Amino acid sequence: MQDNDATKLLEQQVKQAIAEKQPFNIRAGGSKDFIGVVADTVPTVDVSAHRGVVAYEPTELVITARTGTLIHTIKSTLAEHGQMLAFEPPLYTADATIGGTVAAAVSGPSRPYLGGVRDHVLGCRLINGQGHLLKFGGEVMKNVAGYDVTRLMTGAMGTLGLLMDVSLKVVPIAEHEVTLRQELDIHSALTRLQQLAGESPLITAAAWHDGALHIRLAGVENAVSVAASTFGGEKIEANFWSELNNHQHAFFDVDTPLWRLSVPPLTPELDINGATLYDWAGMQRWCFSNENAEKIRATAVAAGGHAQLYKADDKLKRTAGTFHPPSNEIMTLHKNIKNEFDPLGLFNPGRLYAAI
Amino acid sequence: MSQALFSEPQTPLTEEKRIGLIDAFLRVLPDESVLRADEELLPYESDGLAVYQQKPPVVVLPETVEQVQAILKICSREGVPVVARGAGTGLSGGALPLANGIVLGMAKFNQIIDIDEHARTATVQPGVRNLAISEAASDYNLYYAPDPSSQIACTIGGNVAENSGGVHCLKYGLTVHNVLQVTAVTIHGDVITFGGTAPDTPGYDLLGVLHGSEGMLAVTVEIVVKLLPRPATTRLLMAAFDNVDNAGNAVADIIGSGIIPAGLEMMDNPAIIAAEAFAQCGYPTDAEALFLCELDGTEEEVSDQMAKVEKIIARHNVTKLHLAKDETERMMLWKGRKSAFPAVGRLSPDYYCIDGTIPRRHLSTVLQKMAEWSEDYKLRIANVFHAGDGNLHPLILFDANIPGELERTEELGGKILELCVEVGGTITGEHGVGMEKINQMCVQFDANEITQFHALKNAFDPDALLNPGKAIPTLNRCAEFGALHVHHGELPHSDLERF
Ligand SMILES: Cc1cc2nc3c(=O)[nH]c(=O)nc-3n(C[C@H](O)[C@H](O)[C@H](O)COP(=O)(O)OP(=O)(O)OC[C@H]3O[C@@H](n4cnc5c(N)ncnc54)[C@H](O)[C@@H]3O)c2cc1C
Repeated sequence: MQDNDATKLLEQQVKQAIAEKQPFNIRAGGSKDFIGVVADTVPTVDVSAHRGVVAYEPTELVITARTGTLIHTIKSTLAEHGQMLAFEPPLYTADATIGGTVAAAVSGPSRPYLGGVRDHVLGCRLINGQGHLLKFGGEVMKNVAGYDVTRLMTGAMGTLGLLMDVSLKVVPIAEHEVTLRQELDIHSALTRLQQLAGESPLITAAAWHDGALHIRLAGVENAVSVAASTFGGEKIEANFWSELNNHQHAFFDVDTPLWRLSVPPLTPELDINGATLYDWAGMQRWCFSNENAEKIRATAVAAGGHAQLYKADDKLKRTAGTFHPPSNEIMTLHKNIKNEFDPLGLFNPGRLYAAI
Repeated sequence: MSQALFSEPQTPLTEEKRIGLIDAFLRVLPDESVLRADEELLPYESDGLAVYQQKPPVVVLPETVEQVQAILKICSREGVPVVARGAGTGLSGGALPLANGIVLGMAKFNQIIDIDEHARTATVQPGVRNLAISEAASDYNLYYAPDPSSQIACTIGGNVAENSGGVHCLKYGLTVHNVLQVTAVTIHGDVITFGGTAPDTPGYDLLGVLHGSEGMLAVTVEIVVKLLPRPATTRLLMAAFDNVDNAGNAVADIIGSGIIPAGLEMMDNPAIIAAEAFAQCGYPTDAEALFLCELDGTEEEVSDQMAKVEKIIARHNVTKLHLAKDETERMMLWKGRKSAFPAVGRLSPDYYCIDGTIPRRHLSTVLQKMAEWSEDYKLRIANVFHAGDGNLHPLILFDANIPGELERTEELGGKILELCVEVGGTITGEHGVGMEKINQMCVQFDANEITQFHALKNAFDPDALLNPGKAIPTLNRCAEFGALHVHHGELPHSDLERF
């Protein structure tokens, strides 16, 4: 599809919603429709036509794109200059956009090693709940003028404003990459991962699945070769990571509620029934479980983390909630902030939390 | 909407109110923690930006979280502003006291609570010095990556409040990328933990928002930072050039080639001369520009990339290329760069440090403009530059004893910052807005954006008592500042597009 600046149209749509006090859902590619609770009684504002790379300067390591721009487009634009998004956005479908990626703050396997979305956002433009088009941050790597609204928008699930464009830090694609598989029980794998992270700066992904530890090494060729021979195991195809990231791996072919657990390093196996895949060196766990939501959340909290009901039918999502509820004090701050950005409660009502 | 938006200038605390406050503090703090005599207050009159001074009515030095809570509750009840303070090395007047508020010094929060060798984290109090964390972690071959040049003195609490950077942040990130969790006390006295040691926390990224918030949202009382394993190999290359453009192009080429150096720091001739005179570190004083390029990683990685870097640099008419032969020489070469501020300070009775960031491709335009203005204003400028990420530190040399020279310096500084915005950059890369750049905020942001900033503060601090008047200007102030510019001719950059 053609590049297109839909700023005027989107501004007009927000202003109309303000005038009518009509809440709405924000949608671009729809690849993350299943994340959070989408209100089914309100209209949708479609951002997908607002697309195109606005600025890209490879030697400055910065790209700016309209939020409807496909991840595919961004990846291929960057790849032409040997660069990439360090946080490896998942493509749950080919329609995934940069706006949705930033709003949902979803990062891929490289997260523990190269950082997540929040570590690479530099600036954004957004329309707030008063209908004002605002710009925060910028296109430079270091910028502390004003509060960091861009990070606030990252992961806010579109509840604080309509994101119009985002500027992101990009990184060079490593010259060489190897994925290794080594049979290991989960307990030994978790220990080994922790050790390795302290030893080798070349690891860019580590996951445990089906009785084996999978590791990706990236860097200059001979450094990777040396590290690979130390690590051992058999070489496998790199698409293991994209399949895992995009939830296209056979592991994800299950029709049970899917939980995402985010836990500190060194967290042992948790007492939750269900098939579990360990990504992010064990810190992000995908778990298909029919266990009681309260119990799953309590188990994650006891381990120092949290649990998000990632994929489930609407009924369970509505009763159990999807995103893990924060502490009361943090929830109060959420409500205050929501009120300061979107006093009429227009953007994505209930998508993140019922009260937001 | 926030009360700060149209707030009036501060009126000093009445003596009666001051005495009442002191009494209230003495009920929750030991006598020696409530500073109130003139000579005790003197050291708190300014931060690292000594041209701004204000004697605080009272300084309190709590040592427990409960005391911080009690102090904030008193201030909240009495409607008294609070300025948190770390080591006072800030360069933008962030910790500058207010005539109508107290200074909350965090110096007694100086304990490293825990180092977790396996999870590679350190739990520290906010008054711990930046360098002390790496020193304590070195037993485990770990370190804390962000290394501001002030790291011997500045505190981690101040680093979070300013989102400080260091010479290694191109590769390892700023403070915000290296802090996992912050526990803070709100103005109402509530203790809240933001972030955590899991890779993410649910909901809004409030941990991110606290970074760079200049003590205006909450008072930090504990921090968990990420520690990194020391790289197996580190090598430093010094490259000198007879013009700044060549140096700038070499930097762009290195980064464009897919190499992210751990550090990439540039200096111009006046800065080179100053640093060499100060540190005798072996810089070629006849060079117009030099940069230090550090690579770290595995032995294989570093050797491979160093060879590539040398080749790239050779294409840009380098006049001197020197690889530090050992660790001693590497530290020596860094010492020159890290002491650039005090070094320049010796050349002149006073210096003023600017902190704009620009897209690197505009470096030569910006340097050229600065050279012209330097002539116009009859003020010398030395430049140190975090070249990898475009963060420029022009140091303006002046003499505050010459009437009008400070004012000329500030005006020149303001113009440089506005130029940074004009070329697509920002008025502050790492030192913060504080009091210093408050007017330039009106150049970088429009009224709606500034209103949104105040609104965000309002969500945390509805009575605007935490460091009020700093970092975010009132719209009144912007109107006055705008008017000032109209007076001199035209509106600042009215031709500029906002994106
Ligand atoms: C010679 C020199 C070199 C420098 N080099 C660098 C550099 O390379 N990179 C860089 O980024 N900066 C640099 N700085 C600036 C300065 O050191 C940093 O901004 C530093 O983070 C300030 O820390 P501090 O403890 O001195 O904070 P202070 O100056 O005391 O305070 C700074 C701000 O933080 C707030 N604050 C402090 N503690 C708390 C707390 N516990 N809770 C809430 N708010 C708090 C204050 O209110 C104030 O707004 C340099 C300064 C000097 C003098």
